Amino acid sequence: MASQHRDKFGRPIVAVTGMGMVTSLGAGKAENWAALTAGRSGIHTITRFPIEGLRTTIAGTVDFVPVEPFCAPMLSERLATLAAEEAIGQAAIGSPGDFPGELFIAVPPVEMEWPQREALAKASGQAGDITYDDLLKAAGTGDFAPWHNLFLFGTVADRISERFGTKGSPISLSTACSSGATAIQLGVEAIRRGETEAVLAIGTDGSVHAEALIRFSLLSALSTQNEPPEEAAKPFSKNRDGFVMGEGAAALVLEDYDHALARGARILGIVAGCGEKGDGFHRTRSSPSGAPIIAAIAEAIADAGLTPDAVDYINAHGTGTPENDKMEALGVTTVLGERAVHVPISSNKSMIGHTLTAAGAVEAVVSLMTIAEGRLPPTINHRVPDPTIPLDVVPNEARDASVTCVLSNSFGFGGQNTCLVFTAEPVT
Amino acid sequence: MTREVWITGIGLVSSQGEGAEVHMGAFDGELAPKVDAERFAPFVVHPAVPLEWDRQIAKKADQRQMEPWQRLGVYAAGLALEDAGAKGDAELLGRMQMIVAAGGGERDYAVDGQILSGIRNAADPGVFLNERLMSDIRPTLFLAQLSNLLAGNIAIVHGVTGASRTFMGEEQCGVDALRIAHARIGAGQGDIFLVGGAYNAERPDVLLIYEMARLLWKDAFASVWDRPGEGGGFIPGSGAAFLVVETREHAEARGATPVAALQAVVSDQVRRSIGAVGASVEQLWERAAGEFKPISGAILSGATGIAGITEEERGALAKLMPGAPVHSTGDIFGHMIEAQFPAGVALAAAAIKDNYFRQAVVTSVGHMRGEGLAFLTAV
Repeated sequence: MASQHRDKFGRPIVAVTGMGMVTSLGAGKAENWAALTAGRSGIHTITRFPIEGLRTTIAGTVDFVPVEPFCAPMLSERLATLAAEEAIGQAAIGSPGDFPGELFIAVPPVEMEWPQREALAKASGQAGDITYDDLLKAAGTGDFAPWHNLFLFGTVADRISERFGTKGSPISLSTACSSGATAIQLGVEAIRRGETEAVLAIGTDGSVHAEALIRFSLLSALSTQNEPPEEAAKPFSKNRDGFVMGEGAAALVLEDYDHALARGARILGIVAGCGEKGDGFHRTRSSPSGAPIIAAIAEAIADAGLTPDAVDYINAHGTGTPENDKMEALGVTTVLGERAVHVPISSNKSMIGHTLTAAGAVEAVVSLMTIAEGRLPPTINHRVPDPTIPLDVVPNEARDASVTCVLSNSFGFGGQNTCLVFTAEPVT
Repeated sequence: MTREVWITGIGLVSSQGEGAEVHMGAFDGELAPKVDAERFAPFVVHPAVPLEWDRQIAKKADQRQMEPWQRLGVYAAGLALEDAGAKGDAELLGRMQMIVAAGGGERDYAVDGQILSGIRNAADPGVFLNERLMSDIRPTLFLAQLSNLLAGNIAIVHGVTGASRTFMGEEQCGVDALRIAHARIGAGQGDIFLVGGAYNAERPDVLLIYEMARLLWKDAFASVWDRPGEGGGFIPGSGAAFLVVETREHAEARGATPVAALQAVVSDQVRRSIGAVGASVEQLWERAAGEFKPISGAILSGATGIAGITEEERGALAKLMPGAPVHSTGDIFGHMIEAQFPAGVALAAAAIKDNYFRQAVVTSVGHMRGEGLAFLTAV
């Protein structure tokens, strides 16, 4: 009879047995970890498209994964594939093309992009003013049929599912900038329900094109301190002025702990708790009281069967926008109380930028590596501390620390707040 | 032990009108489809009925912040909350979970046209694009396009703030939104959920996506079952559907009236080849609807009218339940993509409550991928 481990609430325990990631710092966990702990930035001046006329000209794009010509769903799919290959390879689960579980994947919302619109306009033969009637006329030739599937919202998930042989109907999801965390949460819930013994949870985002950047720019969300690029992302600093867009992907193989033990898998860590809370205050801003953020943090810790005292490191959402960092600090100090000033909290986004849809998954992998390696990645570019944020942000340099419980925060437009708690083995 | 799941509120808006009642003629054989073949000719659409937005979206400022797909969804969500007796109940809404099936929002068609016209002769097309986008896009348009902002607007307008998750992926995300809500409720991962989706078909940019694969029906209206023989195709429909689903215990404790019991929701996504869709529908039926009784039940199919998959689904249903009536929701309100399955389930639940039948199976076969099925019974 196999062992029957359960958490404090009598639920199956969710282990992580494989992880993969790719960001502007490189492909793979090892390369990313080395760069993150060296305090290196992946932010650079954009070369993918012209930057003349833009207020923000920098991003953490992934330029070493060739997708020519660039197209967001294609790069997002490539990044997800790289991360999933690494994660499944490490987990050594199933057989190639036959992953024994479900897929939950956070993908950026897709849409037709300008090169395609321009091609349709040209094919229409219209010499005068172009309207959508002309584009529709060109579409009707059938010459552009493959673009139908390319720009469906479910296609990236379908292709990942087919490639890795995941089971059932794959879920594509978005909770804006907390999407990666939500993918993990959905996977945790499926395993706790006993519905599946393994889950492939992915967050991916390769969507930095001109219009995507301009949209955030028009909402005044982006840093405009373009020179030098690697110093633009300044989470928790007094002179922070917005986030920097980034690209990347991360994949985690989640597995019923007993299932993982039975097959002799190496346990990389435990997803102990998940918390979430909606906020109906405003489309882009948090409730001034911080109540929803506080509730999400508190719920994640409670769902792990722990108290705030157990948290010994926080992987911050830490976007570097004036609003986010202020509200996140409020949430953390409220839940952790007097202890908050002694609990290190750092932002990976200071180095890789905000990988948007992927961020929650990328930061989950970094959180688990922090536990495994006993070293805290820093918040770089921290030269002007914000006196209203009295936290230990692990400024500028990595630090050794024994960590057994990490809180990872993710917050997004539309009132999305999702927090995860990761712990080390052994489970108790 | 899984818990019993009830549907306790429905909100439905389509080309037929507002509320489930106006759709009930479909089960008396007296409901003609409402299509507009002029506005987007040669394309046909089932246009949304005009709505008094103020009735569900009190603030004009909120209405202005949304594009039509979001307004339709927020409106239908309000109807569902009202029907469930949850509207304005801050304590209940503050812990109500949401799973929304969504695509994305519309473009600024005039801006797109001007850019495409001007970029042909621009000295530097990339720079031209940057300059025009920076100066011509409304700063808040992004928020009306983002997939998860339908849920965000429902939170703002109606106060549903337990937490929300947005699923994407055309028809199948509508199935999986309800499947995951049902599974979570059954397993004790939440007591009450608002689930649904919205779709605006009156958009040249979405017509464009489907026309590239020539999937749209361009002739005079014909039933989805009759289209495959003529080349096939779907007629997009504007609308939205939301459901309040909760455990029986939770509903009873708050004195809510059940509309119907949601017995099961299942889905799969098989590799498509000849016969695969029919086989998938049969398998889903075996998993979820084994107790369906044709004598007192009906089947509501979300079939598109696209050649191949439509005949396969019909064939599978005829084989499984030769005697059962099959209603096509596409013939009632067109094809609402993400919202089609929630709308079918809403209609089935309302018809059960109104005693048109005692049980229903609702099917979905996505135009490109994904199959789903729900089984509902009278309470």
